[in-house]
Amino acid sequence: MVENKLKREIPAKYADQYGVYDGEFAHIDSYQAATKTIKPIKPNESKLLGSIHEAIVKTGLKDGMTISFHHHFREGDFVMNMVLAEIAKMGIKNLSIAPSSIANVHAPLIDHIKNGVVTNITSSGLRDKVGAAISSGIMANPVVIRSHGGRARAIASGDIHIDVAFLGAPSSDEYGNINGTKGKATCGSLGYAMVDAKYADQVVAITDSLMPYPNTPISIPQTDVDYVVQVDAIGDPDGIAKGATRFTKNPKELLIAEYAAKVITASSYFKNGFSFQTGSGGAALAVSRFLRQTMIDEDVKASFALGGITNAMVEMQKEGLVDKLIDVQDFDHPSAISLAENADHYEIDANMYASPLSKGAVINQLDIAILSALEVDTDFNVNVITGSDGVLRGASGGHSDTSAACKLSMVIAPVVRGRIPTIVDAVTTVVTPGSSVDVVVTELGIAINPARQDLVEMFKDLKVPQLTIDDLKDKAYAITGVPEKIEYGDQTVALIEYRDGSLIDVVKNV
Amino acid sequence: MQTAKTVTVGTMESSDIMITLKPNASGITIDLDSNVKKQFGAHITALMTEVLQKLGINDIAVEAVDKGALDCTIKARTIAAAYRLQGKTDYDWEALNSWNV
Repeated sequence: MVENKLKREIPAKYADQYGVYDGEFAHIDSYQAATKTIKPIKPNESKLLGSIHEAIVKTGLKDGMTISFHHHFREGDFVMNMVLAEIAKMGIKNLSIAPSSIANVHAPLIDHIKNGVVTNITSSGLRDKVGAAISSGIMANPVVIRSHGGRARAIASGDIHIDVAFLGAPSSDEYGNINGTKGKATCGSLGYAMVDAKYADQVVAITDSLMPYPNTPISIPQTDVDYVVQVDAIGDPDGIAKGATRFTKNPKELLIAEYAAKVITASSYFKNGFSFQTGSGGAALAVSRFLRQTMIDEDVKASFALGGITNAMVEMQKEGLVDKLIDVQDFDHPSAISLAENADHYEIDANMYASPLSKGAVINQLDIAILSALEVDTDFNVNVITGSDGVLRGASGGHSDTSAACKLSMVIAPVVRGRIPTIVDAVTTVVTPGSSVDVVVTELGIAINPARQDLVEMFKDLKVPQLTIDDLKDKAYAITGVPEKIEYGDQTVALIEYRDGSLIDVVKNV
Repeated sequence: MQTAKTVTVGTMESSDIMITLKPNASGITIDLDSNVKKQFGAHITALMTEVLQKLGINDIAVEAVDKGALDCTIKARTIAAAYRLQGKTDYDWEALNSWNV
């Protein structure tokens, strides 16, 4: 066992292989970018194939290779299940899969794991059924959980080498010019897929909307695409927005949002030209509602909003409150439409969004980030990947990236959820180190990270209750009682990479 | 006391607990299904046992489906179930209140 800087125990075997977390910017070093093998296309050659089966044959996919997918269709994705079903039928085994994330809709993956088709996984998240199955120990090799920026880094640096990327394309022409704003299942930005297209040896575009050549705008260019396959449907448009919440009526969430907006608007960052990122949760959307009002009242305009774009941000831009939207992913249909119609709504890839090993990601220019949490502990460490029962069910997302890079990172969460305390002694699993978290906002008030004395001074007259993080934890435990420690097995089921590739924590089987 | 009756109180809503009391020859047995069983299962079982014993019920089979109820809810539902089982309506508020320390 090796203890990392946060006193989390990392099994020696994995500590040797990945290195252990040693501070937010401890492993930011120069490196040689990964390269790929290119099979050139000559004039008069066609890229159009008749089926996914034919594409698998043409790419020469075989046992032990790495394939990737993007998660822009979220709960509406058909592509990963379709491709893996065909691969399983063809008898290919021992594959590594590197989707940008995994959703509930990907439950068939469990059988592919049990049948030996898939033996390694890296992903941002794991949801209900797949998460529970992996937590129970169905895989011999642990899943590697990577943040969105961490995944882009891993691909660009060669830690993940993608042999074949199977990319769902809302629209494509026969030569592989792809965008996410036209077609039957529009998902808007293709930010995560763009990285795969750039670094994978072979790219198969799978589309249900074949367009005349050339299909523009071009998010993924023909020069990155080997084959194009037309299928009946690549995704369910309704599923893309599933889970993206409407404006909340929950009084607890509204109070949290109101406090968070007060913190933002009282900060020195809140001035003309400021920038922000919110998430897609109920409280996060409510924050943008409160923020909007103060921006109107005080005549303050933002230079850009980053994300994870939602309709709330799109509306603020239409009102002239936000200059530009910088978009790696869209959480709802109106955002996808806006990307198509609005020149100041700009698509970027995950490398530019959040990679710690790029020549400067957009998050480095970000003032304020609103982030969620399953748990926060008294060292301000945040867990967004496991439930308090120790079972994998969340996603790393951009949490550790954004909070490390922005000027004011705010984690918003209720003190308790049902009988589960959110503010705890020690988080079940660390995804984001406490040194990245500046302010925790709850319905009982805020706790400022004592490492940020400048913020303590900045908010000393703020009309929001201020507590220590220990006070918040005590208040949570007074309601719920002190939870028993979870009993884990000896098997490591997931490695939690920090954005720089070192291990910040591991998850054991339960 | 012994009774042949079966009673059920509570709901399956989140933050509630549904408790069913059935006759049992000897002792208190508790079958708990809870979404927080790993974290609070032993505590919830002990709490229900304590409340039942305080109300003079020592032979009973308890089936409980917990959806993350807090202690106050678990106590209240257990008390309600016990009183209903015994057919009592003369609630001893003073005694019940004295438990809340």
